[in-house]
Amino acid sequence: MIDFGYGISPSSAINLDKFDRTRFEELAREEPDVLKCMACGSCAASCPTAGHSDMNLRRVILLLGRGREDEVLRMVSHCMLCGKCLIVCPRGINTRHLILSVTKIYQKK
Amino acid sequence: MKDRFISGYNDFVLPFVIGMSFILIYLVIGIIRVIIQLPAADRKKFFLSLINPKLWVINLKDIICDVLLHTKIWKRKPLLGYMHSSIAFGWFMLIVLGHIETWLFVPDRLSTFYYPVFFRFFVMETDHTLKGSFFFFLMDFFLLVVLSGVFLAMFKRIRSMMFGMRRTTRNQIPDRLAMYCLWAIFPVRLLAESFTAGIAGGSFLTRPMYWLFSNFLTNTYHILPTWWAYSTLLGTFFVLLPFTRYMHIPTEAFLIVLRNAGIKVSHPRKGYSIAQIYSCSNCGMCIDACPMMGQKKNLRFATVYFNRLLRRRNWARCEESADKCLMCGKCVAVCPVGVDSCNIKRSLRGLRAAPAPADYSYFTSYSLPEGVENSQEKVLYYAGCMTQLTPVISKAVAAVLDHAGVDWSFMDRDGGICCGRPLILAGRDERAQEMIRRNTELIRQSGATTLLLSCPICYKVFRENYDLKGIRIVHYTEYFDELVRLGRITLRNSGEKIVYHDPCELGRGCKVYRQPRRVLSAAGELVEAEKHHDESICCGGSLGSLTLSYEDRKDITLKALDNLMYASPERIVTACPLCLKTFSPYSPRKVSDFAEVVAQNMN
Ligand code: SF4
Ligand code: SF4
Ligand code: SF4
Ligand code: SF4
Ligand code: SF4
Repeated sequence: MIDFGYGISPSSAINLDKFDRTRFEELAREEPDVLKCMACGSCAASCPTAGHSDMNLRRVILLLGRGREDEVLRMVSHCMLCGKCLIVCPRGINTRHLILSVTKIYQKK
Repeated sequence: MKDRFISGYNDFVLPFVIGMSFILIYLVIGIIRVIIQLPAADRKKFFLSLINPKLWVINLKDIICDVLLHTKIWKRKPLLGYMHSSIAFGWFMLIVLGHIETWLFVPDRLSTFYYPVFFRFFVMETDHTLKGSFFFFLMDFFLLVVLSGVFLAMFKRIRSMMFGMRRTTRNQIPDRLAMYCLWAIFPVRLLAESFTAGIAGGSFLTRPMYWLFSNFLTNTYHILPTWWAYSTLLGTFFVLLPFTRYMHIPTEAFLIVLRNAGIKVSHPRKGYSIAQIYSCSNCGMCIDACPMMGQKKNLRFATVYFNRLLRRRNWARCEESADKCLMCGKCVAVCPVGVDSCNIKRSLRGLRAAPAPADYSYFTSYSLPEGVENSQEKVLYYAGCMTQLTPVISKAVAAVLDHAGVDWSFMDRDGGICCGRPLILAGRDERAQEMIRRNTELIRQSGATTLLLSCPICYKVFRENYDLKGIRIVHYTEYFDELVRLGRITLRNSGEKIVYHDPCELGRGCKVYRQPRRVLSAAGELVEAEKHHDESICCGGSLGSLTLSYEDRKDITLKALDNLMYASPERIVTACPLCLKTFSPYSPRKVSDFAEVVAQNMN
């Protein structure tokens, strides 16, 4: 290929077939709310841990949907369960219970 | 009055003796089990309370008021109160009088424990002693009292609406059997005593019945069968007792003694909690009280059913109920027995919670805003997570404090750690300890002497779970009330019609009712909601519930708003950031925070 001095980056699309989604499906069964998230980020913006820890509920939900479970448990371990995200979520997602369920389901080996 | 039989015995007493022995043994074992299961510190408290004469007086008073006279039900629903106290107090008096009679007339039989119960069968009248007729009168009188209660109870089953209760509890088979026994015991006793009245004497009830029956029945033939029936009913009732709601009759007194000893729930199904759930009389008052019951599908989450499921150790369904509950505390406030169901549910949540490793090491990165540390400022204001979401409140608080010239600083101006109450409500008490530790450090560091709070949720946890000796913990409703009374702020009355919503955690949780009302009535024309103070309805936003859906919450919010609109106010005022947030989108009138109203009406 001719080098034009710039290139097209490889596709960042995620191949969902490559990930094991069984746990996410289990989570979605227990907590159908998780599918309603529109990744607006209100939860992360209002979170009192923001700037002090890497807890970010929006990111947690996105990562789980992509089967990236590795970081998630560490992130939710910082949550104070304060409920601010519950109050601000425009989709009415029961975020606190979602966080509890994430811990429960993803902890199982 | 003298003995009719030398032996002082007849076979018919057997069912009663068996039933009574069974229940006594059962109770003794139960009480020992509860005491063994108490944590060591509580057990010590319990034994110490038994040698404290002051507590004896309180226990006695509580037992008479709650167990015998049911004063709490009287206050709420007089007819229902009469029903309960007539049966309980009437029955108690029948037992006491039976013993007095035995003691007076045949003292050597006092040690035979069935004798006073069947007194009328075992004695015969010698001459008409004045004393005898006095007791006959009393016995007939109290029997009549009990019978009136029993008839009301039967009637209540049929028309529970008449008593102002929309729903009564669904009964189960053992409950029902025991209930029929209870209904039958006293009419049968009346029959038995009436047939015997010719021999043992009687009064205004039993004597006329005796004469009436003698017109068409041979009374003597009916004496034994009716006494057999009476004894069998009593025996059956006692054997059924542990498996029914009527277990509350013997356990409630024990619960009162434990409660007055200062014992708290520590395990949902052990020790103190056993006394709690067995003392639930299934009266059903908690059903109408619960804000979730607006929707029929939530009926099964009512506290009464939770207690019942817990007795049967149906953990899965108990957990579901416990997770649903808003922890608003209303069912506890209305419960005539005082079943502390919120704390039982909380400890159940803790017990059933999946282990969740928490990592709060990042807490060290939170600090006080610049200038606060080691300052000479006295008042430290902690807004808390919820007030951070409603800056209108913290701004109003700041305006009032500045206006009054208070020397204050803002602890979490640049963000802060949660107070820990939401975790405690979720039953994760140990996790909350880390927050408590770090916040305590920060507060101590500031050198403040007063901690001011604007969120009742924080207020409760700072009062109950923090060790801040030497620092005054105060909610802004109390603090502003003080400022007004000291003349540091003066208010003008806008004449606006305002209604005050009692936030659950502030009202039922911390018993603050007077101060916000006193301030608000200086700022406007204060009216009351239909249900207020202890009976105020949760806004629906409570962090207490873990699983209640958005839609169900909305339903509760609308109901609470309806309640607040009772006296057609122009403005709704609350003193909780979460209430403000919850009400605002749905309210037909402007919803304001307490601090806003004060700030707007300051001179
Ligand atoms: S509940 Fe957890 S994730 Fe939500 S705002 Fe509070 S700390 Fe952040
Ligand atoms: S606020 Fe709600 S919708 Fe928005 S990202 Fe968070 S969870 Fe998703
Ligand atoms: S919990 Fe209290 S109010 Fe509810 S049924 Fe039991 S005794 Fe009655
Ligand atoms: S605490 Fe409130 S929501 Fe929970 S059961 Fe009692 S009344 Fe219902
Ligand atoms: S938001 Fe206020 S009223 Fe509602 S549950 Fe919480 S403290 Fe109670």
